This record gives sequence, structure tokens and C-alpha cells, in this order.
Amino acid sequence: MYSIGDILLGIAASGIRLATPYLYAAIGETLGQRSGVLNLGVEGQMLLGAFAAFYVTYRTGNPWLGLLAAVLVGLLMGLAMAFVTVNLHAEQGISGIGFYLFGLGMSDLLFQKLLGTVDSVKGVPDAHFPLLSDLPVLGELLFRHNWMVYGAYALVPLAWFVLNKTPWGLMIKAAGENPHAADSLGVSVAKVRYATVTLGGILSALGGASLSIGLLKIFQQNMTSGLGFIAVALVYFGSWRPVGVLMGALLFSLVNALQLWVQVLGLPIPADFAVMAPYVLTIVVLVIVVQRARPPAALTKPFTRE
Amino acid sequence: MRRSILLLLVLALAAGLVACGGGQEAATQAPAEEAAKPFRIAVVMPSAINDMAFSQSMYDALVKLQKEMGGPEKMEFVYSENMYVVDDAAAAIRDYASQGYDLVIAHGSQYGSSLQEIAPDFPETSFAWGTTVDTFKEQGIHNVFAYEARAEQGGYVNGVMAALLSKSGVIGVVGPIETGDAKLYIDGFKTGVLATNPDAQVNINYIGSFSDVALAAEAAKTHIEAGADVLTGTAQMVVGAIGVAKDNGVLWFGTQADQSSLAPEIVVANQVYDWTVALKPMVENIQKGVLGGEAYSLTLANGGLTIQYNPQFDLPEDVKAAAEQTIQGIIDGSIQVPVGGE
Repeated sequence: MYSIGDILLGIAASGIRLATPYLYAAIGETLGQRSGVLNLGVEGQMLLGAFAAFYVTYRTGNPWLGLLAAVLVGLLMGLAMAFVTVNLHAEQGISGIGFYLFGLGMSDLLFQKLLGTVDSVKGVPDAHFPLLSDLPVLGELLFRHNWMVYGAYALVPLAWFVLNKTPWGLMIKAAGENPHAADSLGVSVAKVRYATVTLGGILSALGGASLSIGLLKIFQQNMTSGLGFIAVALVYFGSWRPVGVLMGALLFSLVNALQLWVQVLGLPIPADFAVMAPYVLTIVVLVIVVQRARPPAALTKPFTRE
Repeated sequence: MRRSILLLLVLALAAGLVACGGGQEAATQAPAEEAAKPFRIAVVMPSAINDMAFSQSMYDALVKLQKEMGGPEKMEFVYSENMYVVDDAAAAIRDYASQGYDLVIAHGSQYGSSLQEIAPDFPETSFAWGTTVDTFKEQGIHNVFAYEARAEQGGYVNGVMAALLSKSGVIGVVGPIETGDAKLYIDGFKTGVLATNPDAQVNINYIGSFSDVALAAEAAKTHIEAGADVLTGTAQMVVGAIGVAKDNGVLWFGTQADQSSLAPEIVVANQVYDWTVALKPMVENIQKGVLGGEAYSLTLANGGLTIQYNPQFDLPEDVKAAAEQTIQGIIDGSIQVPVGGE
């Protein structure tokens, strides 16, 4: 019926899709943390972004307008988070949880009042590349996903380039490692952090949209079900490097895809253990990574000019 | 100083919004005059009233019961939804009990141990707990009713139809966690498939979550890649799987509520719960002064379970006839659906 090759192909394609929302959120979080801000509100930003994208797509029939709505919502959530952490010097962990709860409750409330029931939309279309999409194996694996998937993977080299090859990257890292030195050299730590946290908000919201109008084309309350928090863990997993984050997201997603197949094939592993596998693996790798990686020195520390 | 106040404000606002979203909403307006006191029901449920599954089935039943009892003057009800944190649910149950509701329903098997603690503190209040058969009678508690759905019965019927409609002989199931009525439904479904076509292959996937829509969708894709051309699943996260089925033109069987509207072209039939079958005798008992100790089951025989065919799906006559025959067989006992069948 199906060969080992089919199964491996299925796992790889599943893993690539499942990693998409994590990538948006975790790359955004990476930029924020490199500049010294821990944003635990990712999940809330994703949920509101997912809802905004879905609702606008539902009303207008145009997924690109839906994406624009997600960007706007993410922008506002990001600005609010930046205001609370940069201007008000709030404790970052606590205020992040506040934003999470806000996003969870608000997306739920809006869903109840504006939609009231689970429905589906057309959403972002699948890509179709001439010739490439029709290739056997590779076509299914790489060239037939919806456009949101490609956006997520494009972020990785982009973020790497910005962080390592541009003056902006230097400013971000300076703000996160030694804000006082950066400040004395004329870098506005506040502006840098505003930029990264706001961008992080936008990317998280897009991550939510990649679920609601990309992969699933539905909205349901609390549909992210914790993946915003996994995304924060992936930043540590990836030692604050975009490529590391990509590796983490892919590993987590591939193991998740693998455990789905383990059950379908009826292998004698209890479902509960199979389901645990990606989480256990992530914790194990985290423990190993934490031994050698060092977080940005000023992470979670509010900056005050002296 | 100023900024800590502002932060507090933001947090309070966020918490307030969660409360709104979580919704403790009076579904009815209090009657103007208190001539005859209405029967008052409160329910605490784990997901949303419009989840197209478990919680919605209870909400719909309460709306129906209200109508049958004579409207808001005779019966009023309130609910707390999205109580997936058991501690929050326990607090809500206690609140409702102390507010003097006649019947407080804990709609979720995870609320059992909380209820066991709370019920003895309110001996004048009646509680109901589902889905279970345990009324805590043996623990000396006499004010708890139990209710459950014999989901394996409709699961079996769905399984018979699935086996007849599948061309590949491979059928996929997306489940949450291997427990409660999800397990009953899935076990019954598998038995029904194999009774109809012993050569069929039923692949079962428990994804370990009631809310992870993305993983449910990916599980459905996995089933399709493994050759499945008919899918089913249970709990509120299956909406993700239904979307995948729709995109791939694969048939879907629903349970807990009518899911036809999500994908009218591929949903074949749904097992629908009608909890009024359990709620009505509870209300009658309470009005007679009996506050608990009874367990009620929804079955095909008592009308608590029904198979609703999607009118927009062109179901072949012989398949429908086989389904009806199976329903009759389960009702008259000539077909036995083993529980917890391996």
C-alpha cells in the first residue's frame, strides 16, 4: 500500500508544515530577546493575529487583506508590549503573561461576538510552481505548500542576515548585551527595543495567521493551544540564533509527525508515550544546549539611562 | 509608582477580558415578578458552547429543555464555558452551589474529584456529573446524579457505513486522549467497521490533546497518506481534521454534534447527543425531592443518541438501509456493541 519511502516523505512534508507557525513566532522572539526583551505574550499575539486574519478573510474573501489585518494587530500588540517593557520598565515575564491572557480572552470574546461558530474560509492559496510542483517526491515535499510556509522559511536567512551582516543587527545585539555601552555610543536602546518587540508582535500575529488562514483555514478558540510557549522555548533551544531556531522547530515538528505515523502504523508503542516524544526530546536538547549557550547578558533587564 | 499602577491596570484589564471571554453569561433574563420561582440550572463546561462538539451538545440541550419546560419563567440557566482549568471549574461549581441553584452540572469527567469534595458541603443542592456512571453513592454522597453517552452505539453505526463507503478499505480515526466517551466512540466505530468488512484496516491516532487543531489536521493528512478514504474523529479539535478531509475529498463521520455545516460535501452522518434525555428525569427527581444517586445513559433506544444523515450528502440507499438496520439491531439487542472492546 505504501512504502517506507512514502512514509518518510509524509513525515518530512508534515514536519515542514507543522514547523511553520513556530518559525514565525520564534524568529520574532529571537530578535526581541537579542535586544534584551523577553516576550512571553507570544501566544496571545498569535491568537489575536489568527483571529484578525480569519475574520477579515471571512468577511472580504481576500486572504491578503486578512494577512494585513494580522500585521496591524501584531503591530498594536507589539507596540503595547514595547511600551510596557521599555517605557514602564515592567517585569517582562509577568507583563508577557498579561499580554498572553489579554490575547486569549480578547480573541475568544471577539470570536463569540463576531462569528459565534466555527466556520471555514478559502485562505492563502497553495503555491504552484511550473514544472517544480509536478516533480515526483520533491514536488510534494517542497513545492506544493501554501504561501505562508515559504514566508516562514524565508525569515530564517533574512533574520540571520540582519543580525550578522547589518548595522541594525549590531545595534540589536549591543542593546541586548551591554545597553549602557550601546547608549554611550549613541545607539538608542529604547528605539531598538521598540523596533524588535514590535516586529516580534507582527511575526507572532503572522504565525497565528499561518494557522487560521494558511494551514487550517478555520478559527477556533485557543487554537494555538500552547505553541506560542513552545516557540519561546525554541529560542533557547536555538541558542538565540535563527539557524538554531530553525533546527529546533524542524526537530520538534518532525518528531511530532513521526509519532503520528507510529500510531497509524500500529507500532507497539502506547499512544501516550508517542505523544510525549516531541516534548521530552525538546527538554533533553534544552538541557544540553543550556550547558554551552549563553543568553544575551541584558535579557529581561529594563534599561535606564544614567 | 505611577508605572506600577499602570501595569496593574493593564493586568486587571487583561484578566477582565478573559473573564468576559470565558463568559459567565446569564442566558435568560430574570423574570420581572417572582410569582412562581423558576427552576434554576448552572453548568460548568470545559470548552465553548459553540465548539460543534461536547460543550455545544449540553448547551443545545439546555436551550431545548428550557423551551419544553415553558420558557425562562419556568426554567433559567447560566453557564461557565472554557473551564479547562479544573481549579477554576471547581471554584465556579462552588459559586453556583452557594448561589442556590437547583441543579449544578459539572460537564466533564475531569471535574469528578472536585465535585466529590464540593457536593457534601451543599446537601440541599443537586449536582450532576458527566460523563460517568459514578454518583459517589458508595462514598456516602446522595446529591449527585451521573450521566453518560453510550457513544459506542452510534460509533458502531458510523463504522458500518464507513466500511460500506470505503473503497480503499483503509479508515482513519483522529482521537484526543484515550479516555471517556472518545474511547467509547472509537472502540464502537472500529467494531462496526470490522463487523462489516473484516479485511478493512482501521488506523487510530490519539493526538494527546483536545485543543491542538493543527496536530489534528496533520493526523488527518497522515491517515490520507496511509491510504484512508474515510475519516472520523471525536472532540472539539477535530474541526482541523474536517478541513483536511474537505480539501482532499475524503468522507467524514461526526459525533457529539452535527458537523455537517463545516463541510456539507463530505460529511456523511453524525451521531448527535441529546442530553435532555438525561436532564429531564433529573429535574423531575429534584422536584420530587430526590437530589441524586441515579445514573442516566444516552442510548439509541431512548433517543438520547440519534444518527443524523447530512441531507446534502448523496448517501446510497443500501448504505442507509444497512445503517437503519444496525440501529434497529442495537435497539432491540440483536447487535451487542462490546464496551472497551479490544
